Amino acid sequence: MPNSRIKMPESAAAGESIEIRAMIMHPMENGFNFDSQGTTIPVHIITDFVCTYDGTEVVRVQLQPGLSANPYFSFYLTASRSGSVDFRWTDQDGTVTTNSALLQVT
Amino acid sequence: MRDRLSRRSAMLTIGGGVLLSMVALPGVAGDEDTAAAIRQLYGDRAPTAGRISLQLPTLAESGNSVSLTLAVDSPMTATDRVLRASVFANRNPRPLIATVLFGPKCGTPAFSTNIRLSGTQDVIAVAQMSDHSLWSAQVRVLVTVGACDALQLRY
Repeated sequence: MPNSRIKMPESAAAGESIEIRAMIMHPMENGFNFDSQGTTIPVHIITDFVCTYDGTEVVRVQLQPGLSANPYFSFYLTASRSGSVDFRWTDQDGTVTTNSALLQVT
Repeated sequence: MRDRLSRRSAMLTIGGGVLLSMVALPGVAGDEDTAAAIRQLYGDRAPTAGRISLQLPTLAESGNSVSLTLAVDSPMTATDRVLRASVFANRNPRPLIATVLFGPKCGTPAFSTNIRLSGTQDVIAVAQMSDHSLWSAQVRVLVTVGACDALQLRY
């Protein structure tokens, strides 16, 4: 399971829009690279990223090989009530990486 | 054993070099491919320029990672909001880079990521609002070493 990192504030006021930054370690092979033997490395990417909070989606990204290696996203969430913010990355071969962070709403 | 370069071996080396430089170069999309990619996702209606702020560096030294910030001018209320936005690069081997779907918990329609660019080209963003209107923005980026060129140098 690839390594992932989340950066977000620990607490927020209700109704406040907070910035969330999420990154995952992944080569995002675009199919145009060669290995040491000169053979083409096939496309190997993460195809889907979802951030859910308070039972609904915040942001969903459909990724393509045109994104850089170790895809990084920054987006905004509207705080409503205390709970966990869940992140989920899905690889093209079905590998799922999850991460979550707690948000305290005051 | 003769170790001086013969005419035959010189011709073979040059021929081989020419052949090697011809293989495995990724293709480049044209404006028609980009328009087709936009049509496939957003339908036949042409987007209107405006309501999107697309921030990219004017000059990118490496095409492997170019920072991109997309912000859409929208109040993000329940009835008037951004549904989705896509980023296209019109000279990449594959024009579509990513599609972002803004959910109900997203209060500010802004998004940042890092993209790959194969060379100097225009980056186009298209956004669809909840009233189904389409908006677009276009930014020219000068790329010194493209994401595909850098790898060709290694082999």
